[in-house]
Amino acid sequence: MMDLTVIWAIIIAFAVFAYVVMDGFDLGIGILFPSFKPGTERDQAMNSIAPVWDGNETWLVLGGGGLLAAFPLAYAVILPATYPLIIAMLLALVFRGVAFEFRWRDPAHRPFWDMAFFGGSLVAAMAQGMTLGALLQGIEVVDRAYAGSWWDWLTPYTLLAGLGVTAGYALLGACWLVWKIRGSGQDHAYRLAIGAAVATLVLLVAISLYTPFVEAQYFRRWFTMPNILFASQVPLLTAIISFLLFRGLLKRQEAMPFLLSLAIFLLGMIGLAISMWPYVVPDSLTIWDAAAPHRSQVFMLIGVGLTMPLILAYTGWAYWVFRGKVDEAGYH
Amino acid sequence: MFENADALLLARFQFAFTVSFHFIFPAFSIGLASYLAVLEGLWLKTGKPLYLDLFKYWLKIFAITFAMGVVSGIVMSYQFGTNWAVFSDRAGPVIGPLMAYEVLTAFFLEAGFLGVMLFGMEKVGKKLHFAATCMVALGTAVSAFWILSVNSWMQTPVGHEFGANGQFLPGPSWWTIVFNPSFPYRLVHTVIAAYLTTAMVVGAVGAWHLLRDRSNAHARKMFSMAMWMAALVAPVQIFAGDMHGLNTLEHQPVKVMAMEGHFQSHPDGAPLILFGIPDSQANVIHYAIEIPKASSLILKHSLDAPLAGLDTVPEDLHPSVGIVFWSFRIMVGIGLGMLGLGLWSLLARWRGKLYDWPWLHRAALVMGPSGFVAVIAGWVTTEVGRQPWTVYGLLRTADSVSPLDAPAVGLSLLAFVVVYFTVFGVGTWYILRLMNAAPHSHEEGLEHEPAPVRTAGITPAAGQLTADDREGA
Ligand code: HDD
Ligand code: HEM
Ligand code: HEM
Repeated sequence: MMDLTVIWAIIIAFAVFAYVVMDGFDLGIGILFPSFKPGTERDQAMNSIAPVWDGNETWLVLGGGGLLAAFPLAYAVILPATYPLIIAMLLALVFRGVAFEFRWRDPAHRPFWDMAFFGGSLVAAMAQGMTLGALLQGIEVVDRAYAGSWWDWLTPYTLLAGLGVTAGYALLGACWLVWKIRGSGQDHAYRLAIGAAVATLVLLVAISLYTPFVEAQYFRRWFTMPNILFASQVPLLTAIISFLLFRGLLKRQEAMPFLLSLAIFLLGMIGLAISMWPYVVPDSLTIWDAAAPHRSQVFMLIGVGLTMPLILAYTGWAYWVFRGKVDEAGYH
Repeated sequence: MFENADALLLARFQFAFTVSFHFIFPAFSIGLASYLAVLEGLWLKTGKPLYLDLFKYWLKIFAITFAMGVVSGIVMSYQFGTNWAVFSDRAGPVIGPLMAYEVLTAFFLEAGFLGVMLFGMEKVGKKLHFAATCMVALGTAVSAFWILSVNSWMQTPVGHEFGANGQFLPGPSWWTIVFNPSFPYRLVHTVIAAYLTTAMVVGAVGAWHLLRDRSNAHARKMFSMAMWMAALVAPVQIFAGDMHGLNTLEHQPVKVMAMEGHFQSHPDGAPLILFGIPDSQANVIHYAIEIPKASSLILKHSLDAPLAGLDTVPEDLHPSVGIVFWSFRIMVGIGLGMLGLGLWSLLARWRGKLYDWPWLHRAALVMGPSGFVAVIAGWVTTEVGRQPWTVYGLLRTADSVSPLDAPAVGLSLLAFVVVYFTVFGVGTWYILRLMNAAPHSHEEGLEHEPAPVRTAGITPAAGQLTADDREGA
């Protein structure tokens, strides 16, 4: 019998990944928003995600709620440890979320809500990246509780991680726009995508080199035999995909760059799994330490089994309805 | 020690503030989603364009309300971990799965069908569109189902076992946990509350436009529908509230003592204290205006039935009587006010003056926000009355809190207050502006509103002016 705790770790990882890539391009567009010209360019950029952002964000609720349900102890340790980051992210998401509505309701203050959209996206992205960094650098746990102070999360490493995720989101956002819009906005998106790709890769390399020295565990995982044989495939594939990405952007391919940037995120996720497995809070709590009891796991697994196919079906349908280019006339 | 108590108090303020703000939006959107489904259903059945106009009118308001509900809700789902970490660790195995079910069965459903509901009329056809509206309404109700189950379990915990590590673990039956003793009452009372809240708002908007123009057919229809709701449902709510109270008396008698202001036990019939000033130091109600033996009559259905008071309970287990006593009276007062409005509207209807009695319209206007006040007052009664416990009788609030320094929580609380008041204040202003526009024939739908697309919507043409702009220009 397959261990339910492992299944739950995979489900949570899936929810987090789904959130990161889906809201990732929404946030990325927010981060790049001020560089688009007010008027048509901005309206197009906004319209390309307005139909789907709410569904995308729901994965964040599943990630958080799922963590509480499946790994309550991890939820109870990680959130207090990164308290200021989480609060900043939540408030940023308030601004980002209402901007979608308010921007249209109040043309006189549209520039203000555009800035709220930008600021909210930027802060949320930074906070998410830094939370990841804080997790990777380790959290002090004593007696089933966070035992550090409220500034422990702030280190050069977490800042680097924050920048990395922000750049990665910008890359996703720019590639999404390359795919979804036309005209001057699209030209601009191509330029942004190249810049964001360079930034993402530089930061990815920096983080990858830094991480093994943050904790001895990571070093062992990546650089000892025979691990290194598997682990080295990740950077290798990343290099190949990056090459294809740059080529695609220069050749002005439309859908490909977005798919390739998704692949880069997937590899990032695999790299993360190599570093962390089987810990949910590195070096302190394994997934088994933090897991909910069997009965909770079974009950929820039934729910996931019944609803997830439907959720994926209507999420897919929503994307299908809004397929194709957004142009000035909208999705017609 | 002092430091610690401070952080606890701040965490409680922060939770109360953010959840109260959050609940304002669902209280309206649960009712409004159903109202929209009714309007669309009536339109499909009768073919009268008036219903479609009303549908489109309220849809715009729904879109903004819903967005604010979503962003404030996401805050809630993370606050259990940020501020109530010990509670999350201990109770997570029981309440976590219920909240996960809420995400899977309610939040995704709403998000999935909201787009079609808001903008998809022309894309998918009337029938499918109606189905989408019904799905969103269903989603809001399902959401209430799960979250109230969670809350009710915290009020009346059953069906769990205890783990060696101090955790609450689910027992053999999830059914027992989900349908815990206070849940059916809380669900009925809260969902009806959401409907009444919506009815009051719709009635007030109708009344506002009737006061300006009595012949406005759209305003007449919405006013009439809302007044039917008040007349028929307010009595049901009072009945449900009474049942809820009896259930509470059985499971959380201390809360009822605080609600009633019974500091002393009454061995032969307790008085119903209508008003007074509770004094938790001296354990008395000053200046009490009371009806002898009426409390025993309501709670025990007998004039002379004995009722225990707070003197039978150790002081450190008393909830704050001052808050609970007053919040309960505010809620009940508003409930009676809604009933009064409903009866008045029946009288007016019977006399054929429903649309011609400005004082009735003024009263309905004043009652517009009353539902929000009542639901918050009701929740304050419920939650403050549960103190000092988070899981009633088993886990204290003081033992639930995250190990955070007071300054951290103080700063975040300040940030929430500032951001919520500005952002949601502005949102409310936009809603009021929409309400101030008279409903009329050929109401613009969201899909014809230019440039914008919002929450999960489809894109209308960019670069044009919105309806508002055109009016303003
Ligand atoms: C429009 C809103 C509204 C109105 C008019 C009323 N209530 Fe209420 N009441 C609520 C909205 C509400 C609520 C917000 O939905 C609460 C909070 C928690 C809950 O279960 O329902 C609540 C709680 C609540 C409780 C606390 C139960 C507990 O915590 O265990 C009692 C005893 C009552 N109500 C009783 C009444 C009575 C006797 C009313 C008649 C006059 C009344 N309510 C009107
Ligand atoms: C939406 C309507 C709700 C409102 C307006 C509300 C209001 C409040 C208030 C006023 C308090 C502070 C009580 C005090 O500290 O004296 C509180 C505390 C709390 N409530 Fe609620 N509540 C609501 C729903 C819920 C739900 C659905 C849950 C559970 C899922 C919940 C869980 C809690 C917790 C964990 C606390 C903190 C511990 C405590 O102070 O009791 N609340 N709430
Ligand atoms: C502490 C308790 C609560 C938590 C953690 C919570 C959590 C959430 C979250 C995360 C969302 C956003 C969902 C999305 O992304 O679409 C949301 C929205 C919603 N919540 Fe809450 N909620 C709480 C209390 C309540 C209560 C008491 C009710 C109703 C009785 C309620 C009803 C709703 C509804 C209907 C929505 C849909 C959006 C809306 O109508 O505004 N919630 N909630």
